[in-house]
Amino acid sequence: MSEINELYQDLILDHTKKPRNFEVLEGASRHVEGYNPLCGDRYTIYVRMEGDVIRDVSFQGSGCAISKSSASMMTTIVKGKTKCEAEAIFENFHKMITGQSGVDKNKIGKLEVFHGVSEFPVRVKCASLAWHTLKAALGGEEKTITTE
Amino acid sequence: MMTTVFDVQQYRKDFPALSQKVYGKPLVYLDNAATAQKPQCVIDTLDRYYSAENANIHRGIHYLSQKATDAFDEARDKVARFINAKESREIIFVRGATEGINLVAQSYVRPLLKPGDEILITWMEHHSNIVPWQMVAEQTGAKLKVTPINDAGELILPEFEKLLSEKTKLVSVTHISNALGTINPVKKIIQMAHALSVPVLVDGAQSVPHQAVDVQDLDADFFVFSGHKLFGPTGIGVVYGKAEHLEKMPPYQGGGDMISAVTFEKTLYNKIPYKFEAGTPHIAGVIGLGSAIDYVSAIGMSRISAYEHELLEYGTRALSKIPGLRLIGTAKEKASILSFVLEAAHPHDIGTILDQEGVAIRAGHHCAMPVMERFGVPATVRASFAFYNTHEDIDALVRAINKVFEVFR
Repeated sequence: MSEINELYQDLILDHTKKPRNFEVLEGASRHVEGYNPLCGDRYTIYVRMEGDVIRDVSFQGSGCAISKSSASMMTTIVKGKTKCEAEAIFENFHKMITGQSGVDKNKIGKLEVFHGVSEFPVRVKCASLAWHTLKAALGGEEKTITTE
Repeated sequence: MMTTVFDVQQYRKDFPALSQKVYGKPLVYLDNAATAQKPQCVIDTLDRYYSAENANIHRGIHYLSQKATDAFDEARDKVARFINAKESREIIFVRGATEGINLVAQSYVRPLLKPGDEILITWMEHHSNIVPWQMVAEQTGAKLKVTPINDAGELILPEFEKLLSEKTKLVSVTHISNALGTINPVKKIIQMAHALSVPVLVDGAQSVPHQAVDVQDLDADFFVFSGHKLFGPTGIGVVYGKAEHLEKMPPYQGGGDMISAVTFEKTLYNKIPYKFEAGTPHIAGVIGLGSAIDYVSAIGMSRISAYEHELLEYGTRALSKIPGLRLIGTAKEKASILSFVLEAAHPHDIGTILDQEGVAIRAGHHCAMPVMERFGVPATVRASFAFYNTHEDIDALVRAINKVFEVFR
């Protein structure tokens, strides 16, 4: 498979074309905007917390295939997880897309489809935008987040 | 008359960077609006300067210093002839077009501005022709006014005329838009502004590599450009200013070379252009720029312009056939830029895929966010030509775009 096809895997393209949880979340307890002005990628992540648990999560916005599919897949994965669990998933994911060692392959799950991003360093900021935004929302931040 | 066949293959051999492969594919360099590649003669000039001629200028009494000073002064003469300035002392060397605009903003405009005065720009300006004016407006209480553009990306001249008034202290306009390729009718704009005694700065960053410029014919008060887009080194640029303006302006920065005498009580400033060139300048850059100007002048700017026009028409026809492709910037008068979006994919995804095919373009907002907003897109893909690009380069671009459709099928 070429590096391009490694990057744009079917599951990624599927989430780009049919993003999941792509809506404003009614009754959201927090929402934070993530914006990369150089690319124009802009998303708002909505979360509804119950204590420490992400009871519901959604997103809105627009951007490239990598950023959108990453946001979409993230919402499907972190729903029902605790803040700590979600942060651990992000940490593992971030190691993988930046090509670092120590990725826990058993815990990466379907996020594995983003492994090709590590070959495209300028696209790391696309794949991580939604995650950084979620992390900010979980941490109670309200200002706009950027990964540029 | 000599035959005027434009032997692009011959010219390409002058640019070592163009013959390389990236990802195992021949490089197709279509990012010339960002920066242009350098001909061997410019590279050799820099090499020769640092190998054999390096010395500081305007102060040495030794052989090398005199040689460097001569080469430096000669380059200023070349720049003056290239844009047809009346005198070489109207040419000031700066780091680039951006610094040039900042120099005019701070040294010429700022002392003139009172609260309520206005600076008039256009909707298609690069951020470097927006932000320096916002800064000076903030410092003085003046206002920034913006001339709108139409759906083709052309200035709406009647709106410009309405915005122009006795409050306007300066008009600053790009000669050619870096995001749209629009060639603005700057001569006409200058006539309209001068009718109200308003001076005009022309941002020539995108025009000097593509067409002959005559600042006296335009009657521009200021004209700025960067060397690196004109096949010269980075870090060197030019401000042309009418001597009558430059004489009256305070210095931009203080330091060596810009003085004629210094005591702790008072400093006497040097004459123009030196008054604006504090510190040791980018000597190698200046001499390298002179070499780049020699190079393009030998080819002929009008021949470059004619060749690129034909290339743009070929490219426009080729891209227009691609389903779901929308050209951003369809002005009647256009140069060397094809900016577009696809329904199928985001500009950054297109950029990544094109890059893997060896096609270097720029994806993003091109430092012209208001233009992106005007056309309702977050970013565009921009292919920008130089005279060394070929029909084959356009064909390669089209093939690479088809690859995008394969990935995003």
